[in-house]
Amino acid sequence: MTFFTNPLNLVTLFPLVGVLVILLFKQEQKKEIRWTALIVSLITFGLSIWVLTLFDPNNPDLQLVINLSWIEIADWEISYQMGVDGLSILLVLLTTFLTPISLLSTWTAVEDRVKDFMIFFLLLEVGMLGVFLAQDLFLFYVFWEFTLVPMYFLIGIWGGPKRMYAAVKFFLYTMTGSVLMLLAILWLGIYQGTFSVPDLTAMGGIPAQVQLWLFLAFAAAFAIKVPMWPLHSWLPDAHVQAPTAGSVILAGVLLKMGTYGFLRFNIPLFPKAALQAAPWMALLAVIGILYGAAVSYYQKDVKMLVAYSSVSHLGFVMLGLFALNPQGIQGGILQMVNHGISTGALFLLVGMIYERRHTRVMDDFGGLWKVMPVYGALTLVVTLSSMGLPGLNGFAGEFPILLGAFGSEAIGSPWYAGLAALGVILAAVYLLYMFQKLFLGPLDKEENKGLKDLTVRELVTITPLVILIFWIGLYPKPFFTLMAPAVEKLLTIIETASLAMY
Amino acid sequence: MTTIDFYAILPLIILVAWASALLLLDLFFTRKIEGLTPILAALGLLITLVISALNPVAGSTAFNGMIEADGFSSYLQILFAGSGIVGIALAYGYLKRMGINRGEYYPLLLYSISGMILMAQAADLIVVFLALELLSIPLYILAGIARPNPASEEAALKYFLLGAFAGGFVVYGVALSFGATGTTSLSGIVAAVDSGLANMPLLLIGAGLILIGLGFKVALVPFHMWTPDVYHGAPTPLTAFMAVGAKAAGFAALLRIFLAALPVLAGNFVPVFWILSALTMFAGNLIAIVQDNIKRMLAYSSIAHAGYIMMAVVAFGQEFVSKDAVASSLFYLLAYAVTNFGAWSVVIALERAEGKGLQLEDYYGLGKKYPVLAAAMLVFMLSFIGVPPTIGFMGKFYLFRTVLEGGYTWLAVIGVLTSILSAYYYLRVVVNMYMREGDPEIAPDRLVQLVSIVGALAVVLLSVFATPLFRWASRAVLNIF
Repeated sequence: MTFFTNPLNLVTLFPLVGVLVILLFKQEQKKEIRWTALIVSLITFGLSIWVLTLFDPNNPDLQLVINLSWIEIADWEISYQMGVDGLSILLVLLTTFLTPISLLSTWTAVEDRVKDFMIFFLLLEVGMLGVFLAQDLFLFYVFWEFTLVPMYFLIGIWGGPKRMYAAVKFFLYTMTGSVLMLLAILWLGIYQGTFSVPDLTAMGGIPAQVQLWLFLAFAAAFAIKVPMWPLHSWLPDAHVQAPTAGSVILAGVLLKMGTYGFLRFNIPLFPKAALQAAPWMALLAVIGILYGAAVSYYQKDVKMLVAYSSVSHLGFVMLGLFALNPQGIQGGILQMVNHGISTGALFLLVGMIYERRHTRVMDDFGGLWKVMPVYGALTLVVTLSSMGLPGLNGFAGEFPILLGAFGSEAIGSPWYAGLAALGVILAAVYLLYMFQKLFLGPLDKEENKGLKDLTVRELVTITPLVILIFWIGLYPKPFFTLMAPAVEKLLTIIETASLAMY
Repeated sequence: MTTIDFYAILPLIILVAWASALLLLDLFFTRKIEGLTPILAALGLLITLVISALNPVAGSTAFNGMIEADGFSSYLQILFAGSGIVGIALAYGYLKRMGINRGEYYPLLLYSISGMILMAQAADLIVVFLALELLSIPLYILAGIARPNPASEEAALKYFLLGAFAGGFVVYGVALSFGATGTTSLSGIVAAVDSGLANMPLLLIGAGLILIGLGFKVALVPFHMWTPDVYHGAPTPLTAFMAVGAKAAGFAALLRIFLAALPVLAGNFVPVFWILSALTMFAGNLIAIVQDNIKRMLAYSSIAHAGYIMMAVVAFGQEFVSKDAVASSLFYLLAYAVTNFGAWSVVIALERAEGKGLQLEDYYGLGKKYPVLAAAMLVFMLSFIGVPPTIGFMGKFYLFRTVLEGGYTWLAVIGVLTSILSAYYYLRVVVNMYMREGDPEIAPDRLVQLVSIVGALAVVLLSVFATPLFRWASRAVLNIF
């Protein structure tokens, strides 16, 4: 019965236990439902820590693998295959870590249909964990598409005034990319005879011309999810309309599914195409960095600003990944985690002030530091971390990315890194501008004078994130240690392909 | 008639006899026991289903090659009989509720199903035509059974006129094929073509006319014009049944004729099928977007799904792909049947007298008031779109595999892109159910709700444990070649 004893499978499916329990409650038992969801998500986090203790960081291969035969379609044998390695372990932990935090943030924010909310949220966690752990393309696709449904509801039911539009746009946009990927997955099944990712990676042998098409089809799905410029237009709508917890998970984890997809599938499965595409991906990434930063600066709504800053920050991740060298990729992976923490925290903070004032327009604030010093201090730390201040987590990720991109053979020009560095400065501009608008200046608005500082629950929500911001910023080594062997292994694939090409 | 002949058409014999007896018996059923008719009808279908599943003379031909009793026919017969049973379950309370509880509804339904069962076995063009008429004529009557409701009468008339027209095409095509090859038997046509005696241009025209006729039945664009009006006007349980049964029967004939007898014409028909399929998927999904009536929306959706199945048929001439073409079509028909009945059962639950409760606005707030029913509808909509884990996704997965195997990459791309169009209107239902406020009413019809719930469970569970179904569909093609 490996299905029920495999640690990875346990982590992935455990939230379903919560779903089943919550189904037994009545809609009115809000307190019980909230606690059940929170406890289940905390246990899931505990299970993922258990996975971490079982994980051997020196081993570059997939670990804790579960591989069962699942569905037969004609001559295809589809496997239920999961595994974890250095590329995914951090993202799994990020998911299980952010879920209880998000749930805690909904304690007073979500009053309507709490039962449905928690069910969708836990289902979403199952989908996200499945995406990061699945090692069979079919299984991966099932989880990948499945995440759409709960997120669609989180935006569509508990979102802002334009929530239906945003929800449908989110669904359709993401699905457009996914179905093209589905065709590429089918192609691999037909001509390579398997959906198992490790087998496909080991097999190789896809002609360079075909690789490019498959690369593009997979990239369609992932680039929309990331989102890369110019496919980002669903993101501001979804983020702004989504409830706080939805935004946190959307920015923190769902977008990472896109970058993770590039890392797990595009690069190792189609290494030749990845090498060919690297300069183009870098170009799009840099445009995204600068464009996202520029647009952020002009936002009046804080949440909109944070949403566009995601476009910019994820440009860094993409730039790092397609540097295709150790610094770039390791920085990219760490930056995925960093963005999850920093932007997640920013969305939480925005949510906290929104709950108090029911507005997010920056002009409505000013001088908040005087009434909410704790809130202000925490926001400052998070803002600085998002800017990439040395000593905080953003720097630990962005620096290796720029280093990697600068010396990258695959990208072929240091200019991309140079322009991206400009993005770091722009980030400082719009983030400090935001901070100044909210917290500095005179406390001249009547409504703001009576604002209460953070409650204990809110502090509990945000503190773990701030601790991590410092931890990763001051001592990122354990994080790099976890991923280094797997990244090395990935790069040998790239090197082999590069030797074959030139 | 030999023993094999007898056993080969045993399901048909039983069903026709049962229907005829029921028609007579119904006259003597007093008001008190008139509920017996549907129960007896369902029982007859159940017996037919069991015998079809046992298929005592599997793999043999009967009546000098006019009838096949193979895995293909058995698969479809089970599908038809099963659809009939669900169709009766949906109609049972509905007809009473709408005041159109006429006893002849059920025997007529059985007659129509017996035509479908014959169609699944037909290995001769004459039998194909016979089956086509046998399945269609009762449906014409049934479409109008809600008389004096003008919409229902219009549906009946329209269906009859266009159906008769389509039947004319088929008959003309059969005649020309006979002229071209000197035979109407499918194996005879193959022999005539192989020996070089066949008049190929004539055969081509004949096959083209047959395609048009069957295209009407399965509602391929541009032969789909009747569908929305008929689906809209007919009593809803009948619509649900027609969308599955008539479509599956049409595809049964299409698959059998083109794969077994006419692969030689692949060069001519592949582009035609390609265009028909692309056009059907595109037009069906596009027009569905602007519908405000759920019956019309689902009618266009059923057109679009015919286009998806047609995608698999495009590869009919390629020896290595044709098995997958049949198996994936059969599997998709099953997936579509389950999803379709589920979706229609929710429609029936919400429908009220005089065509009320059928607008998309009538679904406002369903998620809050009737969470179970709404969740079931959600599952069906996702299955129609093809989002995992639903059986609709598994069906599309296999279909697209076939299309790519056949080398029709662009058709597959059109297929997936049109499925995004479809997501738009299926999601409209979901938006209305969950994201808007309203106070919908549902009929207290336990049977219908049972179909919804069992259907939703089946859609999800059959996708996770799909292997037996895939094996069954694969086995169903073994004897066709």
